[in-house]
Amino acid sequence: MSNATAGASSPSGTQKISSISEVVIRIAGNSQDGIQAIGGFLARLAGRSEQEVMTFMTIPATISGGASIFQVRMGSGEVLSSGDEADVLLCFYQHSYDAHISSLKKGGIVMYDSDHVQPNPELEKTYHHVGIPISSLTVEAIGGTAKDKGKNIYSLGLIAKTFDLDLPKLEKLIGERFTGKDPSILNNALAAFHAGYSHSLGNLIETFKFTDAQKKDGTQIVMNGNEALGYGLIAAGVRFGAGYPITPWSDIMELLRRELPKYGGTFIQTEDEIAAISMAIGGSYAGRVSVTGSSGPGISLKTEALGWAIMAEMPLVIVDVQRGGPSTGMPTNIEQSDLNIAVNGGHGDAPRVVIAPANVEDCFYMAIEAVNIAKKYSVPVILLTDQGIATRIEAFVQPNLEKVCQDISPDFTPIADHKPYDLSTPNGVSLHVPPGTKINSGKYPIVTGLEHDELGHPTGSPKLHMQMTAKRRKKLQALGATLPVPKIYGPSEGNVLLVGWGSTEGPIKEAVDRARAAGDSVSSIHIKHINPLPNGLENIFSGFNHVFVVEMNDEGLYGFGQFGAILRARYCDPKIQGLNKTDGLTWKVKEILERAKTNLTTGIRKL
Amino acid sequence: MSETLLAKPVTAVSTTTPPVEERKGLTKKEIAADHPTWCPGCGDFSVLALYFKLIEKRKMWHEKITTVAGIGCSSRFPYFVQAHGAHYIHGRALPFASGISLSRPDLHVFVFGGDGDAFSIGGNHFNHTARKNIKMTYCVMDNWVYGLTKKQTSPTSPLGFKSKTDQWGAVDYPINPMKQAIAAGATFVARTTHTNPNHVLQMMEAAMDHDGFSFIECLSECVEFYEGAFDASNPRKGGVFNEVPKSHDVTDELAAYKLAGEPFPGSFGIFYKVNKPTKNAKEAEIVKSFQSKVTGLKDWQILQKNFDRMK
Repeated sequence: MSNATAGASSPSGTQKISSISEVVIRIAGNSQDGIQAIGGFLARLAGRSEQEVMTFMTIPATISGGASIFQVRMGSGEVLSSGDEADVLLCFYQHSYDAHISSLKKGGIVMYDSDHVQPNPELEKTYHHVGIPISSLTVEAIGGTAKDKGKNIYSLGLIAKTFDLDLPKLEKLIGERFTGKDPSILNNALAAFHAGYSHSLGNLIETFKFTDAQKKDGTQIVMNGNEALGYGLIAAGVRFGAGYPITPWSDIMELLRRELPKYGGTFIQTEDEIAAISMAIGGSYAGRVSVTGSSGPGISLKTEALGWAIMAEMPLVIVDVQRGGPSTGMPTNIEQSDLNIAVNGGHGDAPRVVIAPANVEDCFYMAIEAVNIAKKYSVPVILLTDQGIATRIEAFVQPNLEKVCQDISPDFTPIADHKPYDLSTPNGVSLHVPPGTKINSGKYPIVTGLEHDELGHPTGSPKLHMQMTAKRRKKLQALGATLPVPKIYGPSEGNVLLVGWGSTEGPIKEAVDRARAAGDSVSSIHIKHINPLPNGLENIFSGFNHVFVVEMNDEGLYGFGQFGAILRARYCDPKIQGLNKTDGLTWKVKEILERAKTNLTTGIRKL
Repeated sequence: MSETLLAKPVTAVSTTTPPVEERKGLTKKEIAADHPTWCPGCGDFSVLALYFKLIEKRKMWHEKITTVAGIGCSSRFPYFVQAHGAHYIHGRALPFASGISLSRPDLHVFVFGGDGDAFSIGGNHFNHTARKNIKMTYCVMDNWVYGLTKKQTSPTSPLGFKSKTDQWGAVDYPINPMKQAIAAGATFVARTTHTNPNHVLQMMEAAMDHDGFSFIECLSECVEFYEGAFDASNPRKGGVFNEVPKSHDVTDELAAYKLAGEPFPGSFGIFYKVNKPTKNAKEAEIVKSFQSKVTGLKDWQILQKNFDRMK
């Protein structure tokens, strides 16, 4: 809670209003308490108030019940991560209090439901305790039957009061959320909200007011990564896909199933993961880039069919929302451990494209990029996101949809002749001609997983296998040549360069800011094109004494994480070192800095 | 709004639509591609010849047919047909073909494969494609053995069949493809054999005309690894070819199931045929109802409406 005298109680007994530029609020309860809803309201409010916002949530893998948290960081300045420590902790149960009090900044405020929580007297000096009988006050406000149902909205009222949030905007949001339902539900929600808002905080606590946000260039929209990715695919012109439910990918398939019919498309729920990718490839074969996706074990199951799409040179987009692995692993935790399978998974020499969005906005635009690469190079593209980015809510400037939306309808104009695997093109790219296209020569293409000649007929010729293997590789090299050099965050020369990919961009940038503010020489780059790699990385690396690859995966047998190992192999540069972790949680800024410092003071690993 | 794939009427099938310019039907020469790689005497030759005949007779054009197969001897099929085709992975031809069928109502999708592809590695897909009633014709050339890998037990090998993986004779109870298909919910289930070409063609035509998932089990002898397997169904080898009795009601599921339970050689013909809405039609219905709510809007405007709610 910067710019604030956080947690200072007012000895005079009069309520104090402090000006703040940002705040981190953690709400801890059980998964059925609707705490995601409070977080969602706050995030949406921030988006409408031109504030920056980022959220972080954990959900248990159980169907009902189980501890859950939602953390929201909102503020007037740039918000890069969901925040290391909370300024305010709101807890509903004793277990929420016990488990999360340590995530609170010293001097921070803990608001607890005094109907359920017995605070620890030893901690009362460290944190500012505010006990409110949330459960009974909610019952009082909306009647006995609603009980647990309304206490999230009651708490939202408390938070709104504490941070002087925009009351009409919040009421409007509540109205939108409960629109179309039984009017008594909306009335109850508003009653609970107002009861919370008007609960007398008395002289217990100070309240806060956000400094004015910087004007944004355009309207902001608020959504999570899975939503941005799904809508991105629609904007890209994808109209067909297939999937099988698995966490955290399922949201995307639910969205596509619900939305695509409006555009004349459809999304099919299949009997298994293999059928899902097969059906999507069938859709691509029929003429329009199609999509499938999964998480964890589902990706493993898809690899044989992926190999076919590479061999047969079919365009396809595969979304991999990574979670903790291997096997069933940690379904609701975050990990970046699918990079190897994304880049190399499957048998044989099987080059495919892998790109990784770094934030929610990227999920939208890179979904479009994935479709366009797949189409242009007739190749499968893996869109690698993770649990963190999938469920994280961010605000970003609304895309110009009229410009961005594209039509990728197939073209069935008759052609004179066609070789599906034409070897004469310089960059190895030959395009797919879908069924429905009349070929005047009378020679029709077979697309196949067997090694083949230029017309797609099977061959055992050593020469053709060499030529076709090279063709499939050359396409990616051609793509690689077009990729822009990543921008350096911070100066282009210095002591330490942090290299990240995927959802870790925020905390890495914030680590750079914090280190530089403390006088350390740290910069960072974030790589979004994983396979093929962008150009010019060797020149960037040459400007630094140390290159630390920050990843949420294991350091591996030889001391390098999955991306670190690829960079080592590619650039043969011994100063590339891994900075890895496997706790299934997002990077905290201070973790990155501490780990980087440890690497430096221990003289880094012996070579 | 861009022209959308599913918005087209599902019944817009090429063979029934009169061509704008009068095109002659294809000749066998125009339909045949590579010379088949099958062993001399293989039953699959006859299935291929009758597929050509079907295309000829029904005046289908190259670009309106898609021939799909998985892996196995019989799955080499698409290479021998001069039309758009795909040779997919083992056991997964049906979901691949479903992707085509569901996004392209203008195409005829034919899938060819063997018993291993259909009932072993692809068993799950067989059940689900049948129950969803996805429009396509699936012809399984059943030879009761794995031929491409040189004589291992297949899911339809009878008990006691001596193979390289059951040298003392097969011990696992075989699958009954007809029962499997009926139980899974296939809406067209027929049985034929490569030794009766007229009957094969008749079944192929009926299957093609069926609006839904049409399944044909075609006995197709492997002369190399299971010679004589189907002699009992071949009058030229002293067997009997019994057609499904005229009195059989093809909409009677129980009667069909009884026919399927007859001991070999059993009956040949259409065991079961019912009209149920296809998945293609149901999806098209969903599309129609959703699109009626966004009439006149361009794609980007539909998306804009969603984004307006996320501000």
